[in-house]
Amino acid sequence: MKLTGAEILIECLKREGVKTIFALPGGVVLKIFDMLHQQKDIEVVLTRHEQGAGHMAEGYAKATGKAGVCLVTSGPGMTNVITALADAYMDSVPLVCFSGQVPTSLIGNDAFQEADNMGLSRPCTKYNFLVKDVKDLAVTIKEAFYIATTGRPGPVLVDIPKDVSMDKAEFVYPSSIAIRSYNPVYEGNKWQIKQAAEAMTKARKPVLYVGGGVIFSGASQELMELAELTHMPVDMTLMGLGAFPGEHPQSMGMLGMHGTYWANMVMHYSDLVVAIGARFDDRVTGKVSEFCPHAKVIHIDIDPTSIRKNVNVDIPIVGDCKMVLRELIQILRATVNGDQRELRKPWWDQIREWQQANPLAYQQEADGPIKPQHVIQRLYELTKDRDPIVSTDVGQHQMWAAQYFKLAKPNRWLTSGGLGTMGFGFPAAMGAQAAFPGRLVLCIAGDGSIQMNMQEMATAVVHKLPVKIIILNNRFHGMVRQWQDLFYEGRYASSDLETTPDFVKLAEAYGAVGLRASKPSEIDAVLKEAIAVNKPVIVDVPTYRYENVYPMIPAGGCNHEMILEDPPALRNKQSGAGQVAPKDSDTILTA
Amino acid sequence: MEHIISVTVENKFGSLSRIAGLFSGRGFNIESLSVAPTLDPSMSQMTIVTSGDERIIEQIVKQLNKLIDVIKVVDLNESDFVSRETALIKVHTRPEDRAEALRIADIFRANVIDSTPATYTIEVTGDPRKIGAIINLLQPLGIKELTRTGRVAVARELIRSTDVPAKKIARE
Repeated sequence: MKLTGAEILIECLKREGVKTIFALPGGVVLKIFDMLHQQKDIEVVLTRHEQGAGHMAEGYAKATGKAGVCLVTSGPGMTNVITALADAYMDSVPLVCFSGQVPTSLIGNDAFQEADNMGLSRPCTKYNFLVKDVKDLAVTIKEAFYIATTGRPGPVLVDIPKDVSMDKAEFVYPSSIAIRSYNPVYEGNKWQIKQAAEAMTKARKPVLYVGGGVIFSGASQELMELAELTHMPVDMTLMGLGAFPGEHPQSMGMLGMHGTYWANMVMHYSDLVVAIGARFDDRVTGKVSEFCPHAKVIHIDIDPTSIRKNVNVDIPIVGDCKMVLRELIQILRATVNGDQRELRKPWWDQIREWQQANPLAYQQEADGPIKPQHVIQRLYELTKDRDPIVSTDVGQHQMWAAQYFKLAKPNRWLTSGGLGTMGFGFPAAMGAQAAFPGRLVLCIAGDGSIQMNMQEMATAVVHKLPVKIIILNNRFHGMVRQWQDLFYEGRYASSDLETTPDFVKLAEAYGAVGLRASKPSEIDAVLKEAIAVNKPVIVDVPTYRYENVYPMIPAGGCNHEMILEDPPALRNKQSGAGQVAPKDSDTILTA
Repeated sequence: MEHIISVTVENKFGSLSRIAGLFSGRGFNIESLSVAPTLDPSMSQMTIVTSGDERIIEQIVKQLNKLIDVIKVVDLNESDFVSRETALIKVHTRPEDRAEALRIADIFRANVIDSTPATYTIEVTGDPRKIGAIINLLQPLGIKELTRTGRVAVARELIRSTDVPAKKIARE
């Protein structure tokens, strides 16, 4: 039987096991929406902006490990989803985005709502397709899912002209696919793995430096085995949080620009860095010429371009983290006898010393302004037993969440790492909630970034996605303000938001629940109340405005040279500066 | 250092823009690029002349390999290769210069492929130095138009030691 392109698309999605798509209609995709409307297997989450749809698909993908799917219209629909595609590309998120296109006869004619979707998406997707004939649609979709989810995952765009969605073709879904020019390497080179194992047995001061690749490869179990077998400390990148339990005694927490003191010291003084599914981003290496000056580097990654892109590597291993780690463990089990602990005792003594010297710290006075770190600490304590999924936006709150919210398991951490996309957190949390309706999903946000995709609250209310948003409200673009204080002599060029909406009323206006904690003593009760509600909630927490994130390695600085607290000049300047009073913002709003 | 990279790609819509986009997006240098279908019309052969230090060239090769449409990448500098470029040069020729133009063409084994009372169009093939040299000699006559193909290159075939005593054949 012949099916229309729209029907073929839906049949393909079903065969790929897609249950939810995030979408916003428009002229050229109406046929597809019409067919979606007449079926029950796939839920369509109607978003209020295409960027929201893209980030929701990302959140869905990060939480489930499966490809997220979004559907947008031509022209502005496509340009709006670009940010999410670029974000997914940087963070290797498997995503399949379907975009509408003007009819094939009009392509290139500057038709209404036409954009060069292929040209626009080329630099921010792993691959993109323009389907010119409905006969190619099914195989193209199969290829799109295959490319998005294999090798180093990433976003794939499928551009579907209006006539292709309406034309008919015989539906045949290929059961398997082979692309002659695309053959990701999964198995690591055995000789290299043997070399790596040997280096790991000998090293006195080794460190495991793990990134998001471990999570996408599902290698957390293997990582745990390897860490315990070799008794090595584990540094996690921002994307790697959750790959290894944050409370495990061998966890060093996050490394990099705002990583813990000891995580960065461990890197700098190590004699062997074992990088697993991480890409030596500039936020991790700092000054490349002085990065890990004493260390040999082993780099395990599925993407050959990641290897030797930023730093020199002594033992490169191209392959899937899980498969390589398994093999590595096998060799190590045979060669390591229980002496690793003894061999590395001086190293661990040193690490514990670093941990004691400069722990993560903040001062919360009982009747003083609320410190943002304290809110996250309390949120963590109150929810950790419920195995929550945590999303963040981008900025100071993101770094504090990375420092204080210790994740026990992978796929619980949704954050925008590479691209640093403000506005990512809320829709990503919604995507995860759509995948796991019963789970507790928290979104830690700043007052600046939450406003970048606030419109999706309407979507959350309609689709009953009870995400809990905790806004650390300092009425600043806080990270910008921090840099201005540290590097631009305190000139707050366009970082002071001056006013933010009354988030409690805003939540209520959308039909969600709004709560506020204005004093440290109120935090626990308000957070508990928020968690108990089965509706989307905004918890507005006005915080001390001038809190800075430490430790901090200034951009291009060296890993062992961290700023650990406010410089004296800054401390004097800020004394007397206070918390955001809710009344304060009310006055400004009505003035 | 200059490298010549030979790339076999799927002969489809958009392949060239993906490769050009990779070079511009990552700040790699393209000195010349030539493309044409191979014997198998589903594939195209590209010859890219680029430059960079060892690490940059390694990245270029890896990044090209990572593109889904790319089937094969060979850095020809890894072994021995031959390369050629063709130029079409239209020179002004006053009556007293016409013999001189022909003499120069002759020296470089170039052909005159079009002729008018006031111009010759000369076709010359060779390595970039040879083309540079003929351009230099023709310039005093007045070059009206110049177009070059960019280089194409192919690896030299290895000769097995049983075939001839010397391992490498002499350069032309």
